[in-house]
Amino acid sequence: MRSAHEPGRLLIVDDNKVNRILLTRGVEHHGHSVETAENGKQALEMLKKGSYDLVLLDIEMPEMNGYEVLEACLQDDDLRNISIIMTSSLDEIDAVVKCVELGAEDYLNKPVNPILLRARVNASLEKKRLRDEQRKLIRTFATKEVAEELSRTGFSLGGNYVDGSVMFADIRSFTTLTESSTPAEIIEMLNDYYALMFDAITGNGGSVNQMIGDGLMAIFGAPVYHGDHCQRAVHAALEMLELVEGFNQNQAAQDKPQIKIGIGIASGQMVAGFTGTQHRATYTCVGDTVNLASRIESHTKVVGKPILIDRFTREKLTDDVQVDDLGEVVFKGKNQAVNIFAVKPN
Amino acid sequence: MTVINTATFEELKQMSGEDFINELIDAFLDDAPNMLANMKSALDAKDVESFRRNAHSMKSNANTFGAEELGTLAKELEQMGKDNDLEIGNRLDVLNEAYDKVAKELKGMRV
Repeated sequence: MRSAHEPGRLLIVDDNKVNRILLTRGVEHHGHSVETAENGKQALEMLKKGSYDLVLLDIEMPEMNGYEVLEACLQDDDLRNISIIMTSSLDEIDAVVKCVELGAEDYLNKPVNPILLRARVNASLEKKRLRDEQRKLIRTFATKEVAEELSRTGFSLGGNYVDGSVMFADIRSFTTLTESSTPAEIIEMLNDYYALMFDAITGNGGSVNQMIGDGLMAIFGAPVYHGDHCQRAVHAALEMLELVEGFNQNQAAQDKPQIKIGIGIASGQMVAGFTGTQHRATYTCVGDTVNLASRIESHTKVVGKPILIDRFTREKLTDDVQVDDLGEVVFKGKNQAVNIFAVKPN
Repeated sequence: MTVINTATFEELKQMSGEDFINELIDAFLDDAPNMLANMKSALDAKDVESFRRNAHSMKSNANTFGAEELGTLAKELEQMGKDNDLEIGNRLDVLNEAYDKVAKELKGMRV
């Protein structure tokens, strides 16, 4: 699959040669550039001299361990904003929790799963890009010209017509699941599931604006404008399927239930903006496109395909995404038939 | 218990790529004797911290290659280090023997 992500500059810190090679290979494969350090002290020196978007940081190291590097970065004005993902073995979970509480962005278990590695790296880079953009905006927000530029490029606050893609995703076989699992297991599973889905969605520039039970709604193309929102939404959907596959492998290994998901995407004009009260508001989208996306998502049950999209989304896709034309469907409450396409999983 | 879990190894091969697995094996065969030697000297010097860290590295690499027995032994030694307990008996010899078996097997698995 062609990556929709910008390449980043990464620093990989690990005292173990095998781990360094594996991690480097895993991210270089997706177009990112990598430098490596063998211990915390060397890493800190490199961070002070060079410029990196993201650090993959081992915890257990001689000279200066990962925890000490993280602390040093957070206390340094120039290094405070660097994104850091901790890499650790499963039994170091206490140390990982400490690092995330302190300010690490995320973590990865070793031996590292290549699908999770890619998702976490891309999501972190995308978050950093957005943070950098926001910082730049805030610095110059005072001038009228910039405000005009913002409205021209589509960063819209308040009700507005926007062009975007809406995604609905739902866990398919959840009901049977709930009967065979304990409440604690279900919540834990949902949390793990949501974390992965958020990675895939934010990694492709989308934002999740609603979660209801086992379903979620996400928007691509607003509030931050992306001209290629259709492509991003479909790439996110494909990544979500891959992540669910990895998730299921993990679940199977622990003898826990596995899940199936359905995803529906529709694109077009919609009304977007902040709704709510003065005390609580959320960014959301309403309109026919949103209703259609929800109907399409339900239709995945009928046709037994994991990802369905409408014609507008299909027309904006590049050739690397393969689709099957499923013909026209008349949805409940709609007068006109809609042409539906199934996206083939990778 | 097999010396190398084939499923784990195949997964690793898939992730690293066929052409890369040799480099990974060589890196491990290059590094592991140092870890074993470091554990020995740490034991002699009663340096619990270094002992634990080298056992940790050995465990981490063993798990990567699917060397389950080696991983289990190294994990046990790492835990003893964590517990400040260096009364390890003949466990380091057992670890060396397990490593020799793994090294022989891995050499044969180079592509």
